[in-house]
Amino acid sequence: MNDLKFSGEICEKCETFDCLTRCQYLKMDLKTAKEERHRLLRGEESRVLEECVTCYACEEYCPYGNHPFYHLVDQQEKLGVWPVPQPITKQQVLMMAPRGKITPKKVQPPVINMCYFPMLTGSIRGKLFDGASTIVGSDIFCNVMWLHFGKNSVIRQRLPEMIANIWDHYLKDSGVNELICFHDECYGTYTHLAPAFGIPVPFKPIHIFDYLNKKLDELKDLIKPLGQKVAYQRSCSNRLVPETQPWVDEIFQKIGAERVDRKYDRENALCCGAVFRAQQQDDLADDVQKRNLDDMAAAGAKFCVFSCPACLFTLGEPILKRGIMPILMNDLCQIALGEGMKGG
Amino acid sequence: MENLFKELAQIVGPSYVSNQPEERFIYSRDPGTMEPREPDFVVLPATTDEVRKIVLLANRRKIPLVPMGGGLVLSGLSRALKGGIVLDMKRMNRILEVNEKSRYALVEAGTSQGMLQAYLKKNHPTLKHSVPDSPPMATIGGNVLIHGSGHLSHAAGFHSDMLNGMEVILPTGEVVKIGSCSTSPYWFGRAPLPDLAGLFLGWFGTTGVVTKLAIKLYPNRPYQDVGVFVTEDPELVPEVLYQAAGVQVAEDITAWMTPKPDWAKGFQHININYAADAPEELIWKRNLIRASLKGLISRKVGGFLPLPPPMKKNFLEAPQTTLAQFADVRKGGGFEYVGGIMPIDLFPRAYRAGIDIAARQGTTYSTGARIIGLGHCMMFFFAYPFNRADESDVDRARRALEETNREVLEMGGIPWKAEAPAQKQIIGRMDPHTLALINRVQSMLDPQGIMNPGNWEVR
Repeated sequence: MNDLKFSGEICEKCETFDCLTRCQYLKMDLKTAKEERHRLLRGEESRVLEECVTCYACEEYCPYGNHPFYHLVDQQEKLGVWPVPQPITKQQVLMMAPRGKITPKKVQPPVINMCYFPMLTGSIRGKLFDGASTIVGSDIFCNVMWLHFGKNSVIRQRLPEMIANIWDHYLKDSGVNELICFHDECYGTYTHLAPAFGIPVPFKPIHIFDYLNKKLDELKDLIKPLGQKVAYQRSCSNRLVPETQPWVDEIFQKIGAERVDRKYDRENALCCGAVFRAQQQDDLADDVQKRNLDDMAAAGAKFCVFSCPACLFTLGEPILKRGIMPILMNDLCQIALGEGMKGG
Repeated sequence: MENLFKELAQIVGPSYVSNQPEERFIYSRDPGTMEPREPDFVVLPATTDEVRKIVLLANRRKIPLVPMGGGLVLSGLSRALKGGIVLDMKRMNRILEVNEKSRYALVEAGTSQGMLQAYLKKNHPTLKHSVPDSPPMATIGGNVLIHGSGHLSHAAGFHSDMLNGMEVILPTGEVVKIGSCSTSPYWFGRAPLPDLAGLFLGWFGTTGVVTKLAIKLYPNRPYQDVGVFVTEDPELVPEVLYQAAGVQVAEDITAWMTPKPDWAKGFQHININYAADAPEELIWKRNLIRASLKGLISRKVGGFLPLPPPMKKNFLEAPQTTLAQFADVRKGGGFEYVGGIMPIDLFPRAYRAGIDIAARQGTTYSTGARIIGLGHCMMFFFAYPFNRADESDVDRARRALEETNREVLEMGGIPWKAEAPAQKQIIGRMDPHTLALINRVQSMLDPQGIMNPGNWEVR
């Protein structure tokens, strides 16, 4: 059921070994990468399975779109190489379980999928989201987070149900076909992960940046250029959809923000560190966060913009302590539109 | 009785004595399951001298006298089991001295936890006292005298261990100073004198009335953090507690187990709170604690929960307001628990007993533990909220509490601040020579038997 579209043949023929040698965390030379690839393809234990920090980046690095990361997570689960202590994983699986309390409701476009972040529904306001409907909750949660826990089985089990919930309870009877994904993770799930696992998606996912870009075009007369230097914190799930990156530049250009040129951006982006803590690697989390924040500060950033709420929750406070304002992309756009932020 | 009312009114003023049914009703009960027992009078003294006069009056009239702090003991210890006078100490709530350098506070016995906490925050922000997880109106005196524990108990033991000295009115009316204050103007400690504090600690007011006490204060460090270690095998928990406590950098170590919400069922959570004067020190302490549990983490059988900021904020609160919310989970304001003081080795057995007893009695359970000292023992609590308006619910909780008290004793623990029936269970197991000594001490200090009769009743 839901077999992964991963080809061992393609992987075996690959001469780049980008998935392993470009990894920012494994620090692997070509010779070791070759050895470990063989082990992985033979279904054997490998230090890659043990040491992978689950940053998703190899999905982006693979030149063939062969899903090396999804395969790796499948192997972790098959061999019981758990990235996170078992009680934590089990508890998280229970914590994020669908409550089964969804009730059908009519929605009108644009429909904003807030994933499982009910505390952020207040962000859907102002001219950018005029007339929007929001959907949110455990019963529409994309569940891609289990990639961090070696638990593709949970994704395979829950994701089809979540997709059906969105379609059957909200979109279908409302005659709506498009779903704006507020969180990178949802967009990555529906456009990248679901097809890789052969899970059909009956609606058209729209990335929040794509949506914002078009709205900013509509509202361009109202924009007051920010004239601010802004760092962008790329999320792990954005590795699944690197095609969204130019939209960040377009948005920044439209709102008069300067995307600061820094070391840890784009393909070289660093993880927010939350997952390292779940993996009990606080030292790594501290180190990565420090490097990332030093980099933002050195580049002169006044804002750090996020697309992932989980990254914002993780890095928000340390960033603020460095004198940089953490902010979601839509809130930054709202400032440019003169709508300000709540309470200010 | 009319004369007694007048005499009490002459001592404290007519506004601070009552024999009216509404006051007697309120003072007849606490939020626990024990049956109400009405006092004949309620008196609120304001000074040591007023307390002394009331004690002398009660002694002369051979009338029971029941000292009371915040009235939140839950196990009915401040009910007037044999009628008489409830001596409500809440007007004696002055904070008399804070010695910053020697880190102690001298307070009147009715000073509440919340008052001292707020006072220190405003006037001595670098100091704090060990706050129990009771509502802020619980008194410093009451909690120390029942061997309470709190947010610094891992670092410094029971609250009675943090006691520097006391002023006590003996049942015969003498005002006695205990500790350094008996010999020196300073309330710095109980050593090097013969330690008489034990004559009043854990006696539930049967040996005298404490009017003042000095307690130790501790650094209030500006940087705080908490790690929540999670396992799903109770057999591992003593090792977790032993290792984490052995590092000696935490302030408080507590465990909590509950079937609600669903994600918590079957897991054991150990909160390890620590604090520091600098961010680097905080990280250093975190790393030491984590290193102590490395073996369990690398076996993947336990680990620290990733905590979203709001959840972490809740766990850093002192007192924990979420406990108060749980206490009213059945609505109707009823809550009681058995706190079994026991070795940490008994954690798995106590954990299973809590689940089994709740299942047998058809009630909701919540269990947990606070580590005392470096894991020298723990206060393992079995909490049973109930709806006071539903008599069958009260009965269920009462039966669960009785069974839990028996089970705690059976496994080698001792119920803390035990209800009068549980005191009898403890006495039934006590060494006869110990019992005889308790009897001799009580007879010596309280020859008329006026002090909180019905508690620790060995005569």
